[in-house]
Amino acid sequence: MVEFVTLYLIMESLDHLKIGQTAIVRSFTNEALSSKLIEMGCLPGEIVSLSKTAPLGCPMAINISGYELSLRKDEAASVLIELLA
Amino acid sequence: MGLKQNNYLKVALLGNPNAGKSSIFNGLTGLSQKTGNYAGVTVDRQEGKTTFFKDDAKVTLSILDLPGVYSLYPKSNDEIIACKTLLDEKENIDVVVIVVDASNLKRNLLLATQLIDLKFKTVIALNMIDEAEKQNVIINIPELKKALDVEIIPLDSRRQKGFENLKAAILNAKISESIFYDLNADYLKDCDYKQYISNLISKKIDPSANENADKIYRFNTINYLVAKNVKSPEQLSSKRRTSKLDAIITHKIFGYVILLMVLFLVFQFIFFISETPMNWIETAFLNLGEFIHNQLPAGQLNDLIVNGLIAGISGVVMFIPQIAILFIFIGFLEDSGYMARASFIMDKIMRRFGLNGKSVIPLISGTACAVPAIMATRAISNTKERLITVFVLPLISCSARLPVYTLLISVMYPNSKFLGIFNSRGMVLFLLYFLGFFVTLLTAFVLKRILKTTESSFFIMELPVYRWPQAKNIGIMVFSKVKVFVKEAGKIIVAISIIIWFLSTHGASEQFETLEKKQQTLENLAATEINTTELKKVEKEKLEQSYIGKFGQFIEPAIKPLGYDWKIGIALITSFAAREVFVGTMATIYQANDSENEVGIKQKLLLEKDNDGNLTYTPAVCWSLLLFYAFALQCMSTIAVVKRETKSWMWVFIQFVFMSGLAYLSAFSAYQLLS
Repeated sequence: MVEFVTLYLIMESLDHLKIGQTAIVRSFTNEALSSKLIEMGCLPGEIVSLSKTAPLGCPMAINISGYELSLRKDEAASVLIELLA
Repeated sequence: MGLKQNNYLKVALLGNPNAGKSSIFNGLTGLSQKTGNYAGVTVDRQEGKTTFFKDDAKVTLSILDLPGVYSLYPKSNDEIIACKTLLDEKENIDVVVIVVDASNLKRNLLLATQLIDLKFKTVIALNMIDEAEKQNVIINIPELKKALDVEIIPLDSRRQKGFENLKAAILNAKISESIFYDLNADYLKDCDYKQYISNLISKKIDPSANENADKIYRFNTINYLVAKNVKSPEQLSSKRRTSKLDAIITHKIFGYVILLMVLFLVFQFIFFISETPMNWIETAFLNLGEFIHNQLPAGQLNDLIVNGLIAGISGVVMFIPQIAILFIFIGFLEDSGYMARASFIMDKIMRRFGLNGKSVIPLISGTACAVPAIMATRAISNTKERLITVFVLPLISCSARLPVYTLLISVMYPNSKFLGIFNSRGMVLFLLYFLGFFVTLLTAFVLKRILKTTESSFFIMELPVYRWPQAKNIGIMVFSKVKVFVKEAGKIIVAISIIIWFLSTHGASEQFETLEKKQQTLENLAATEINTTELKKVEKEKLEQSYIGKFGQFIEPAIKPLGYDWKIGIALITSFAAREVFVGTMATIYQANDSENEVGIKQKLLLEKDNDGNLTYTPAVCWSLLLFYAFALQCMSTIAVVKRETKSWMWVFIQFVFMSGLAYLSAFSAYQLLS
């Protein structure tokens, strides 16, 4: 139980990632989106950083698996990450 | 060599989108390509051949270019087609060539491992090796080859290097001994991977159940292989360059300024650059017509060839320059990576209108032709957004409207004027395109409110690095588009030109026959001024009495409020088959109305007067016509493709009624306000 709480505290969702921050993808909260994201190389264990956001704040572009992937804010919200210092 | 009889091999080409699959397909097949359709769906099926000699034996490779996919799970349309085609025994695929981007091995290898597990004879085409090497990406090819047990051929498709090796490797391809699926996975215990995928296709098992486990398992192996065999710098120079460019191209102000400028530039180019070759073509056909007219004995056949056939063919050939220029632009925008950025910066705006950032590409392609654009909406996975995109797409001004616009605008502005640096005709053209986009978005916005859905919408897409497009790829693409236009639209245009020629030179009434005899008598008399004037009058009366004249007069009451006479009515009727027929019809009608062949159609429209001696083509009539053509659904091909893509006649019917109503009302308003 304690362990779960600690884990939850350090977990953020991808849409909160800021420019310059780096994180590790940990898990997903949406089944349908996860399979699409995984085949595009966005899978647990990968290092992710925010590349840019579109002029109107959405979608955003992330650097992952050696390339740039764009996704919407609400899609990014389904990706749980662990921030790296 | 494992060749079939007659040294023939069937090769399937697969790879991720943006991995350069089409440049490899073009490099192998050149211009020997055929575009068809997969049964039941409207995805383009590209096939080509390459023939060469190996040890004095002639070898033919038949190459099938499958849709670009990231994995083989049969979920999206493209994936279903790729899976079904691969496993279809009738397709009889001998070798699978897996196209892999050397700068992005990791993501590309997922599909590769799946194809290897399907136990096909495989070859990996390691594309853009030049780009990877330039950026100090070092791939240990022999080791990777050993691990995958597949021949890996480095390719530089830009400089055409490596294709001979690729062909040789295809001939020597073998089935890999490696296995990448999880041998301990429950869902695969009783069957191999091929059986698993075909069970997914036949829906015996739910695809989503084990999908993630399978993909993650594969990526674990791939990560190990890549870590061991690929040395890559922290940040690739192509990515640095891309992020610098993106700082401007996706900038909150410059981004939109650039997008607007790109669109504006396209229209100015189409108008200016294509004008000269179009004039050449027009003159050449007029001269040809005159030559044949003088060579052949006078009579029905002569008339049919000159005023029916040649006039029709000229109407098709004339618009090749415009279509080519437009597709060169679209090819450039797509291959450079700009299209993805246009989607990226437009997604939030498009969503407000019930569309998707991915709708931008079909909408921009819709400026060329609604038919391929409607097919391109496949990329939108959300049904509602896709339906809305399909519904509004024909409102975008396509290239078939261009001939109509061009003709009418040049009648409105006989001498091109400049407003500052901009050509006045170009301005009107831009305005029409802008209006098309505006009404498109407005309609989408209304539809978004009407249609209900529970399905979520996706925007998960690669932003490829910027690359210089390859002239050869764009050239081949433009060539095949023009070919399709000439073949598909050309058939209809020539056929309708001949029908119209017949209907306008034949009539049922006795009056028509009397006029015909009178005309023959007058033609045989000396060409005095009185005789010529009399002849023109007779010819005009004859056209009024012909089948087509009667038909035009029949609908005249309905189109009178729009400012049209029965001649325009005829053109309106015939263009319901395809808009570009308008110009051909006008040419035929006015050719029949006047015996001077050498004056172009534009001149004839400028001189056209009604019975009271007033000019027919006033600005009010021109605007009314322009708006009618901007909004009416006058294209049989579009109707057919909408039916196929929506699988419902209901949608086609609603779309047709809506667009016709909109066209009538806006033409009516324009004429009433301006006249």
